[in-house]
Amino acid sequence: MKRFAYELSESWKIAVAQMRSNKTRSTLTALGVIIGIVAVTLMGTAIAGIQVGFDKSMAIFGDDVLYVSQWPWKPVDDWWNYRDRKKIKTEYAEPINRIIAATPNSNLVIAVPTSSLLRSVKYGQSEVSNVLIRGTVSDYLITSTFDFKEGRFFNDTESRGGANVCVIGYDVADALFPSESPVGKSVLINGQPFRVGGVISRQGTFLGLFSLDSIVVMPLPAFQKYFSAKSDSDILVKVKDKTRLAQARDELTGVMRRVRGLPPEKKDDFSINEQQALKSTLDPIKNSIAIAGLFITGLSLFVGAIGIMNITFVSVKERTREIGTRKALGARRRTILLQFLIESTSLCLLGGFIGLGVAYVMCTGIGQAFPSFPIRFSLGLVVVSMAVSILTGLFSGFAPAWSASRLDPVAALRYE
Amino acid sequence: MTSDTRSSEPIIIDIENITKDYVMGEEVVHALRGVSLQIRSNEYLAVMGPSGSGKSTLMNMLGCLDTPTSGRYEFNGRDVSSMTDDELACIRNREIGFVFQTFNLLPRADSLRNVELPLVYAGIDAETRRERAAHVLQEVGLGDRLYHKPNELSGGQRQRVAIARALVNDPSIILADEPTGNLDSKTGGEIMALFEDLYQRGHTIILVTHEADIAHHARRTVRLRDGLIESDDGGFDGLGMLPIEGPLEADVTAYR
Repeated sequence: MKRFAYELSESWKIAVAQMRSNKTRSTLTALGVIIGIVAVTLMGTAIAGIQVGFDKSMAIFGDDVLYVSQWPWKPVDDWWNYRDRKKIKTEYAEPINRIIAATPNSNLVIAVPTSSLLRSVKYGQSEVSNVLIRGTVSDYLITSTFDFKEGRFFNDTESRGGANVCVIGYDVADALFPSESPVGKSVLINGQPFRVGGVISRQGTFLGLFSLDSIVVMPLPAFQKYFSAKSDSDILVKVKDKTRLAQARDELTGVMRRVRGLPPEKKDDFSINEQQALKSTLDPIKNSIAIAGLFITGLSLFVGAIGIMNITFVSVKERTREIGTRKALGARRRTILLQFLIESTSLCLLGGFIGLGVAYVMCTGIGQAFPSFPIRFSLGLVVVSMAVSILTGLFSGFAPAWSASRLDPVAALRYE
Repeated sequence: MTSDTRSSEPIIIDIENITKDYVMGEEVVHALRGVSLQIRSNEYLAVMGPSGSGKSTLMNMLGCLDTPTSGRYEFNGRDVSSMTDDELACIRNREIGFVFQTFNLLPRADSLRNVELPLVYAGIDAETRRERAAHVLQEVGLGDRLYHKPNELSGGQRQRVAIARALVNDPSIILADEPTGNLDSKTGGEIMALFEDLYQRGHTIILVTHEADIAHHARRTVRLRDGLIESDDGGFDGLGMLPIEGPLEADVTAYR
């Protein structure tokens, strides 16, 4: 054991001396690992960032809300079966709510109808296109949580009366009213004026794909009056207890079948969706992005490892006589193996440290330049990249170190 | 009764009928064809022979760098011929001090570190290592060169460092392979004087050389030819091929 410790410290000294005496070579070789570690670490931060963004985006749907829709939130093979389904109508909300009210101990709280389509929104000379226009009722606030930057949501009276009022998303407000308050002003949608009653505070983007702040919400009767033709409707149903989601789902299925008047032998002609289902659809995509990313960046690290392996082979070749001498003086196979493994590993660790430093600087830089870019630098990442460096060193050093340890002392001593 | 102490000294190396074959391409080379040799403690022996005589092969055997194809080799009573690589490494580390023609010092390490190396492999702590390395360097006359690197030393000094390294583990034998081969004759003479001194102090020295002048320093000369022992003077210059045991005692007295 003591002997092992001395051999270890001896190997470490040799490794340091070796790196110092071959500075250029060591630097160039370590460069491969540096680049590899930078790539892997940056990919790691990006993946961690995507994960955070993903969770944040998912939270928007609420984990206690069921969505009654024509289409399920997952890829389907037999899309034609879904295409011919009857559309979900906003009017269903009323009978659903009646049944909920009549059911004792119902798992459901309330059903809220929504109907949406994309339109341009104008104010004066400014225009924002592709804004999600959504018609709903004042209870919408129960199923969808958001705060108001200013103003308020429309109340029940406005909702039922179908007044030309609306609340606008942060982006819409920002684009149309850069220097004034939108509250009380009227925006034009489809040529119709709608008085702005409030501005929703910033929601961010969904998976970084589209903005959740490019939205206008208005009372359902007003929406139907002007836009009903091509809109898609969903019923949002709030669940009482999110731990009993499955029961709530079954209950809602029963309710919907009653509303639709389906005989028992017929299949459901609607889909009940939830955040979890969306998550399990998107998770594999997210994971394969992560795996593909790590694989590609891992390749660069692999190239670095090959460089280390190569240089360790050269080092073994160059020092064949030294190895012979060491063996003659009593170095065992293990000693020689250890010596070269430590050499390659310390080179990799050095590269790993520098790479991590570079990655940290780059992360901070990217984070400041593009605040919206999801990037996360964590202690776990430091530990992982150090471990990866060590593994790379062991991996790349093993073959040359093994061949060195197996050298015949006689042949090694005679090597020119 | 007799002043001779040699025959009562313990046998360190006991080789019996060893052979060594090498395969070179298609051909099998019989480097050693059956060599028997006994070496006792505090002998000063030269192994001579032209190139191709099996001299180097025998040296590798004696130094436990290689194992024989057949035959028996006992080192201090332990059978070496069937040992594993690591066991052999252990024997080399503790029992054998190597001195090479080309010195074979680690270029980037100072004298102290070079001499310490066998002690590292023996698992001795750093403080004792320093002490002992400094001590043997002192003994070979390099007390003022402890921190010099090989490229800061002359050839003779380098060989002295190598000899110090060979001595540091207090080995049973010192095995020197053409120790003066890379030195001028004056420096070579100094190194041979150092070996003589070590011999006088009780060390066992085996010299492998092809130079008669160098072999002349030894007390006993073994000549090899074609993988066989051609002559073994048993320890007496000019007395011919006498067996080492038996009637030798009288002659020893006469010699002294």
